[in-house]
Amino acid sequence: MALHSEILSKEGRASALRSRGTFRRILERNAAGYIFLLPWLLGFFGLTLGPALASLYLSFTNYDLLQSPDWVGAANYVRILSDDPKFGAAMRVTFTYVVLSVPLKLAFALAVAMAFNRGIKGLTLYRAIFYLPSLLGSSVAIAVLWRQLFASDGLVNMALWQIFGFEGPSWISNPDYALYTLVLLSVWQFGSPMIIFLAGLRQIPTDMYEAAEMDGAGKARQFFKITLPLLTPVIFFNAVIQTIEAFKAFTPAFIISEGTGGPINSTLFYTLYLYQEAFGFFRMGYASALAWILVIIISLFTAFSFLGARYWVHYDE
Amino acid sequence: MSDATRDILTPPKVQRSPLVSVLLHTALIICSFGMLYPILWMISGSFRPQEELFGTSSLIPSALDLGGYFRGWTGLQVTFGRFFWNSLVISVLATIGNVVGCSLAAFAFSRLRFGGRKFWFALMLGTLMLPYHVVLIPQYILFLHLGWVNTPLPLIVPKYLATDAFFIFLMVQFFRGIPKELDEAAVMDGCSPFRIYWKIMLPLSLPVLATAAIFSFIWTWDDFFGPLIYLSDIDTYTVQLGLRSFVDSTGSSDWTALFAMSNLSLIPVFLFFLFFQRLLIEGIATTGMKR
Repeated sequence: MALHSEILSKEGRASALRSRGTFRRILERNAAGYIFLLPWLLGFFGLTLGPALASLYLSFTNYDLLQSPDWVGAANYVRILSDDPKFGAAMRVTFTYVVLSVPLKLAFALAVAMAFNRGIKGLTLYRAIFYLPSLLGSSVAIAVLWRQLFASDGLVNMALWQIFGFEGPSWISNPDYALYTLVLLSVWQFGSPMIIFLAGLRQIPTDMYEAAEMDGAGKARQFFKITLPLLTPVIFFNAVIQTIEAFKAFTPAFIISEGTGGPINSTLFYTLYLYQEAFGFFRMGYASALAWILVIIISLFTAFSFLGARYWVHYDE
Repeated sequence: MSDATRDILTPPKVQRSPLVSVLLHTALIICSFGMLYPILWMISGSFRPQEELFGTSSLIPSALDLGGYFRGWTGLQVTFGRFFWNSLVISVLATIGNVVGCSLAAFAFSRLRFGGRKFWFALMLGTLMLPYHVVLIPQYILFLHLGWVNTPLPLIVPKYLATDAFFIFLMVQFFRGIPKELDEAAVMDGCSPFRIYWKIMLPLSLPVLATAAIFSFIWTWDDFFGPLIYLSDIDTYTVQLGLRSFVDSTGSSDWTALFAMSNLSLIPVFLFFLFFQRLLIEGIATTGMKR
């Protein structure tokens, strides 16, 4: 095969130009690239762009998989935004979860990374141990474990009883507490932002601290004047990634509430509600509208974070 | 540990007074223990006699009892052996698909010149930001019409079409770091692009291919949402779905067996952690992966 000319090489292209007719040249110049790109192109049109447009269309219809989609205009969106208590509940739950779990998780991640940044023997082992929950945490097994930890006769209540003689409630079946057990599960998995923070802290030149020390700046001052400002790009990155992930949380809430989002919708995460509408009630049109609202929320959030970032994120060098 | 990680993640060791050192390590050991306590408790719980699980927070069982493992393994009408086999098939095939599909696309984006390259690349980056929820329902309808629902195909085939843009991006970054002179020399020698991809790029990219493979395997193994939607026949269940059914069927009556099966489901991920810890942590440190 004479496809050499497609490699980014001046010699190759020059020889192709000399030896071939225009049409064949254009064909051959592009052929290899598109052959390699073919699987991705199929996936992009067939599994991403096509479905995204289809779900946009479906969001304006009622569709139950059996009869063909029935155009209803913006009715799904109007109902979601004005007359759907479960949507309100899902928004409350999801926002509470995001607002609590992300800052707490990042605070832990940063604190531990700072401790690890001080040159400790056995760091590799400690780091691995602190990272492990983050790797295992999204599995069903850990959700099962959590369900047991916070059950009325679970480990947490056992410990409370043994230590304080205090009889704890059933955390997961109490609407006041169920969501907080899930927040705790998320915070426990601070391992990967911790590693990213650690990599960020290593980038800060040590002579800055030495200079600050010479000028008599204490540890706290060094933290607020050097570490924190220079780390803002990493904090920003972690915050955006973790927030998007938190919006998409599904498995723990599903396992802990047995798919109901209960008790009393207190763990009805947005994605869980979407799942129920689509695959529990087969309201595909309504669920598509829910999906697009989620996309809009995530996009708005991302856009605002990037706009806001210019006021607090330092990109010096 | 490679020099690269040492630079990225490991600060130089500091001399401290023995007292400070001891206090520091004591604190760290206590924290590590606290982090791992729930997992250790689950492991020890799975070996306890059934009636002992509640009423003790100690990690040491009064007697070693494997009953939980036997009851759990055969607790549903299909054994967990079937679920493990299904999970393994799906994870292996999906991982191969991800590596093949994404590396082909990444090679085109980073090494080949063709009309529209920048345009497609920008679109690919755009799909990174798109939450999968918007493609979920039409994809389901598509696979339903293809007759693929209740088979593992919807969980495998898309990976061969490089739908996981994150891995393409990861590989493009790596491929760009490989000197262009290598493939230019190969072109002079009459190498086709496919040979260059196969004989030069892939062998030189083993670290990034391994990172992508390990993360794809772990994510596919752990995936709950995909199997939940596409697999409804118990013979096709993955381990994660099997566990979920087991929760529903035993409720809170047989925690020992439930813990036993939960532990088994974590073993593959844990083995990857044990043997490829460096690659995992490096992967996160250099690419900012989410978990």
